[in-house]
Amino acid sequence: MADTAKNDAFVEFERVQKSYDGVNLVVKDLNLSMPRGEFLTMLGPSGSGKTTCLMMLAGFETATHGDIRLGGTSINNIPPHKRGIGMVFQNYALFPHMTVAENLAFPLEVRKIGKSEREEKVMRALGMVQMQDFAGRRPSQLSGGQQQRIALSRALVFEPELVLMDEPLGALDKQLRETLQFEITNLAHELGITTVYVTHDQTEALTMSDRVAVFENGRIQQLAPPDKLYEEPENSFVAQFIGENNTLEGVIKEIKGGVALVRLDNGDLIDAKPINVTEAGQRTRVSIRPERVEMDKSRLSPDAHTLKAEVLEFIYMGDIFRTRLRVAGNDDFVIKTRNAPDQVRLQPGQMIDIGWLADDCRALDA
Amino acid sequence: MSDSTANGPVLAADGTPLKRSLSRAMRRQKMRAFMLVAPLLIFVLLTFIYPIGVMLSRSVQNDIVPETLPETVRVLGAWDASSGELPAEAVYAAFTRDMSVAIAAKRHTRLGSRLNYEKTGFSSMFRQSGRKMKKLDPVADAPFKDKLIKIHKGWGDVETWKTLQTYSGLYTSGYFLNAVDARMTPEGMAWQPEDKQILLKLFGRTLVMSLIITGSCILLGYPIAWLLANVSPRNANLLLILVLLPFWTSLLVRTSAWKVMLQQNGVINEVLVWIGLVPDGDRMILINNEFGTIVAMTHILLPFMILPMYSVMQTIPPVYLRAAKSMGATNWTAFWRVYFPQSIPGIGAGSILVFILSIGYYITPEIVGGTKGVFISNRIAYHISSSLNWGLAAALGTILLIVVLALYWAYDRIVGIDNVKLG
Repeated sequence: MADTAKNDAFVEFERVQKSYDGVNLVVKDLNLSMPRGEFLTMLGPSGSGKTTCLMMLAGFETATHGDIRLGGTSINNIPPHKRGIGMVFQNYALFPHMTVAENLAFPLEVRKIGKSEREEKVMRALGMVQMQDFAGRRPSQLSGGQQQRIALSRALVFEPELVLMDEPLGALDKQLRETLQFEITNLAHELGITTVYVTHDQTEALTMSDRVAVFENGRIQQLAPPDKLYEEPENSFVAQFIGENNTLEGVIKEIKGGVALVRLDNGDLIDAKPINVTEAGQRTRVSIRPERVEMDKSRLSPDAHTLKAEVLEFIYMGDIFRTRLRVAGNDDFVIKTRNAPDQVRLQPGQMIDIGWLADDCRALDA
Repeated sequence: MSDSTANGPVLAADGTPLKRSLSRAMRRQKMRAFMLVAPLLIFVLLTFIYPIGVMLSRSVQNDIVPETLPETVRVLGAWDASSGELPAEAVYAAFTRDMSVAIAAKRHTRLGSRLNYEKTGFSSMFRQSGRKMKKLDPVADAPFKDKLIKIHKGWGDVETWKTLQTYSGLYTSGYFLNAVDARMTPEGMAWQPEDKQILLKLFGRTLVMSLIITGSCILLGYPIAWLLANVSPRNANLLLILVLLPFWTSLLVRTSAWKVMLQQNGVINEVLVWIGLVPDGDRMILINNEFGTIVAMTHILLPFMILPMYSVMQTIPPVYLRAAKSMGATNWTAFWRVYFPQSIPGIGAGSILVFILSIGYYITPEIVGGTKGVFISNRIAYHISSSLNWGLAAALGTILLIVVLALYWAYDRIVGIDNVKLG
């Protein structure tokens, strides 16, 4: 796991475990450290422990074991209202009996901030999300997107250093989601806030975050910046979970000069980059991204291995072509090609040769 | 796109106005909906609305006087009550004629008891006079004035005739005045004598005690409702059964159980004496007073408070509390500023229910209330079944109904009735 900024860590999880029933661990040995100002996303399927982590950080759940530190001090025994962490919830959680302005004033009121200063801060926070005109409205009179903007500014109005967001855009439609993704990241970076963002939407994770922690089964499977996560997944779960991915199974024949020769289950040989395989004879699952598959032999190295593939389906998607192939017994092998003027449109039934650069194909755990 | 054209109403495809063609299309649906509710509507009209209307109308009806003594009433109308002199012979003659008809039909005693509500003595006067007047011939035995006064000296009293004149109309406000401890005299409205003024006090007590009962239901019910709404569904079901358990026991049994608990030789007193908190000779009086009524009725009406509160609280997502805490609110602030305001509709619904139920409650105050803990409804029941003064009972009931409606209206003005949620 790539823990980089260990020294100036702002948020730290150290050997954190959480169990609800005393039998199963929902979070198993979590270690994580975040520098100040980072936008970190916890990504994972539901039940992977990401929300539990967020709730432990917010103080709504207590860690069964381990230490959670904020700015160097352990916050395990600090109640949520004293942690000073801003929070945005999936269903906004705007108080329905208060106006927008009253909602925003609430965190300031409980901090006993004077009326004039309160009003000024409320207007400034509303200004950050361009919602000044809605101060007198009730939450029920706002659209989903507007409500989420208010929820966001409410989480920021008391100027917390850390903001937690629990799938804040989950209930919105696609277009609005994209606009708000952009607004949230901009705001977070402008204000220099440290943000922990929980989502199960990988596009959201990739586009918004400085780093993404992929959760599965109570563990962080990989913690890396989005590009590394996509291009250099460290295990098959991450490879499968992030983006579209083709998998072929086989056994390592040999590892030589940083290249692994893999014998697929149907006997074909391919080249791959060994990631978490170490010796010949190991079972492996090789992973290759659809856009990294080459049909043009001239782009491959002369001694590269190629595979025979049968075209099953050709889908025209506008900007790209998506072709489904049968490769080494796998019917769901997909390649994506750019819709360029000289690009060939394959016909179902056609036989082609495919190959790839050994670096693009990663031999992972089986 | 707007559907209204520049000139005239919008037309449907066949040229008829859209509104008419729409209402024609809806008529069948409306008819069917009406047919579905019609049986219940008729049932309610016949067995509920109509009898209540009849009952309430009794609070102003006085036709028994003009119907029993039609001629007397007419002749008596000309008599000047303020003169201080007895009416003329014509009135006595008319009265004798009316009475001979009434005595034959055995209606004079009913009239006597009716007038007795206004002036004591009328009942026995009519009964005694009835026996003796039977022997008078309404034609041959004239003049009647002295004979009647000889039969019963009441007929020689100006007050008797004043009362008769005052209550000679088809309708009277007398019952309503009685209901608020006043009465109608020939000189106008007057308060009842001090020792007969009990009804206003009883109304006041009913209101105050209903408020106390509602208040204690809120205090006791709120935490339970909160618990119900916030524990796991399985535990909530169990708790709900406990809340509803009293419903499955007879009201009478529950009230009697309180009698066993609260009486001077009851469970509570015995325990307190046994611990030594209360001396044996000075046991606490917990029943047959206001305290007993409040305790028993709070217990009995509690589910009516808990259920609407619970159903409202169920709809308040716990995430609001978390949100409030994440913003720096303490548990108490989060509850008071965020949770409580959202639970008010439930409190409102529960309070209206409990208050209206308790203001008209009868059985429990009757059993555990003694004399100090009874409600206005007990008085109504007394007038219905014992004193048979149905007019007064109807007037009391009408006032009760008006008070409830007024409170309902006030609640609507202050809190807003659309803020009431039963589920």
